[in-house]
Amino acid sequence: MRFIFKTDYGQDLRLIKHSGHAFWYGLLMLVLLAAPWWAGEYVMTQLQFICIYSIVGFGLMILTGFTGQVSLGHAAFLAVGAYTEALMQAAGVPFVISITCAALFSAALGIIIGLPALRLKGIYLAIATLAFNVIVEEIITRWHRLTGGNEGKHLKPVDLFGWKLESDAEFYYLCLALTVLCCLACINLLRSPTGRAFVAIRDSEISASCMGVNLAWYKTMAFAVSAALTGIGGALYGHKLAFISPEQFTLFQSIELITIVILGGIGFLHGAVLGAAFIIVLPQAISIAKGWLPDAFAPAGLQAVVFGLVLILFIIFEPLGLYGRWLKIRTWFELFPFYRKGMFRRQKSYTKSERVR
Amino acid sequence: MVDLLQLLVAGVSLGCVYALVALGFVLIYKATETVNFAQGDLMMLGAFFALTASSPQMLNWPYWAAILFAVVVMTAVGMLAERLVIRPVLGQPAFTVVMITIGVGYVVRGIVTMVPGWGTETYQIPTPFVEDVWKLSGVILPVQQLMVIGMTAGLCVLLYLFFRHSTLGVAMQATSQNQLAAYYMGIPVRRVNMMIWGLSAAVAAFAGILLAPVTFVHSNMGYLGLKAFPAAVVGGFGSVPGAVLGGLIIGVVEALAGFYLPEGFKDVAAYVVVLVVLLVWPSGIFGETGRKKV
Repeated sequence: MRFIFKTDYGQDLRLIKHSGHAFWYGLLMLVLLAAPWWAGEYVMTQLQFICIYSIVGFGLMILTGFTGQVSLGHAAFLAVGAYTEALMQAAGVPFVISITCAALFSAALGIIIGLPALRLKGIYLAIATLAFNVIVEEIITRWHRLTGGNEGKHLKPVDLFGWKLESDAEFYYLCLALTVLCCLACINLLRSPTGRAFVAIRDSEISASCMGVNLAWYKTMAFAVSAALTGIGGALYGHKLAFISPEQFTLFQSIELITIVILGGIGFLHGAVLGAAFIIVLPQAISIAKGWLPDAFAPAGLQAVVFGLVLILFIIFEPLGLYGRWLKIRTWFELFPFYRKGMFRRQKSYTKSERVR
Repeated sequence: MVDLLQLLVAGVSLGCVYALVALGFVLIYKATETVNFAQGDLMMLGAFFALTASSPQMLNWPYWAAILFAVVVMTAVGMLAERLVIRPVLGQPAFTVVMITIGVGYVVRGIVTMVPGWGTETYQIPTPFVEDVWKLSGVILPVQQLMVIGMTAGLCVLLYLFFRHSTLGVAMQATSQNQLAAYYMGIPVRRVNMMIWGLSAAVAAFAGILLAPVTFVHSNMGYLGLKAFPAAVVGGFGSVPGAVLGGLIIGVVEALAGFYLPEGFKDVAAYVVVLVVLLVWPSGIFGETGRKKV
């Protein structure tokens, strides 16, 4: 067990709280920076996807995990980011500007979809975002002149100030750098008054507004920030795949994105990264397992069944997600031998109801 | 005019299927405040059970027996799903429970593709009235569509009588209005909730059977459930008549949009309608209004 003695006000402001943080995050950074040397081409691709999904995960985490607003329409923001990037790159706009525009356009759209969120709650909001996703997907399919419809759009490798990021390693570093930047931005946002307001809205809208939090402003902002991060993720996603078409941005993509947050651990930024890694690794693990199993036991539906089961079992047995599991393991070691089973028990709240009486 | 009438009948008949799926949503929502995203997949499963019972290669039962079989089996499936998956997470935040039903949907869809004899192919349930057409002063009305409307209406009357006059139906109403008070009155709330899931799955199976001649039976027919959401929301999620009305609105709008508006509007019509309705009535047309008290 580590005791942190605070001797200095600056300690509260530091991102790295103690030497353990510095050591482990430093080690993680080193391993990730060295990835092109230890990882093969296949692992590199997976790492790039994990970075991209982490950025999207941060965005969703801010909206769902910290502000408590449900969105089943994030694939639409991903699409807007990817298409903005594709179109601007085709028009010859430099990458730095185009990815900023991808973020800004997504944010603008986030504000538009955030407006009904001011009046809608819970499931109605989920349905509204779902409807929005379907409509955006249909618009992309039909607006043939701009988006190429079902033929999709091709993206060239990123051109960073004349330096073409053609190899896997170069693009990986770009993804990693943006992931770290976004992560730092989120950490800082969440410890600022804005972030505190988000959390207050999540915990209780009524108490938040009583404390002087402007609900409309902060909810809209949460949508904008979330959409902007997703837009950045979308731009990278487009570059990674080099080809985008409407069927990559369906409702099922949205559901997959929200499972990142649920599986990773809702309400933790770590959860976004862990969830992204899990979502990327799971299908690969299933297809590897399929190779071992005899054909009769490995039909096409296996992936859906495993995916669904993982989701169900996680929610029943580990509602705090992967990061929650890690917290429990860590606490077990820190408190050894005094860890009690009930320490993380969630309170059942049968009487708690969303319903108005 | 003739076109319009035919479109209306087609829209209403499709709307009836939406209404039945939406009815399933609403029943479960009223009872447990859970939105069951797996409703469409339960519908698909019900259709597959009916297929197994009625297809000549398998059991080769008559149509009505197949309906009965599917409804009974799906009731059991619904109750099982509630017991195994939903009850352990009741009381958790609403969205967590929504995610778990999404998981259930994935599992159902996956399992259906893995069952020998079902798989990913498209099937047709033999119905006694597929081909016939009624001609009514120039208007051509497929008997199929009229049967769907008739059977939905019949089911609605049955459900109305059930909720109004049977002990279990009244107990279900009480449970969905106030669980705690119902519990104090001696109603076994958990068991009633389980039965509501069973009832909802049975309604879904019925919807699946009615839909089968229109879209055929395949493992992805559950995606229609996504169109039933707008139906439930338009009507207001907590209202049974609202669900039926919402389904009819969505069905008719979709049919009209498919005919009068350019290609592409048909698929999004339902969602545009739901956005517009939500802008005007944030909790649907018949939704409960009022503010949450602290």
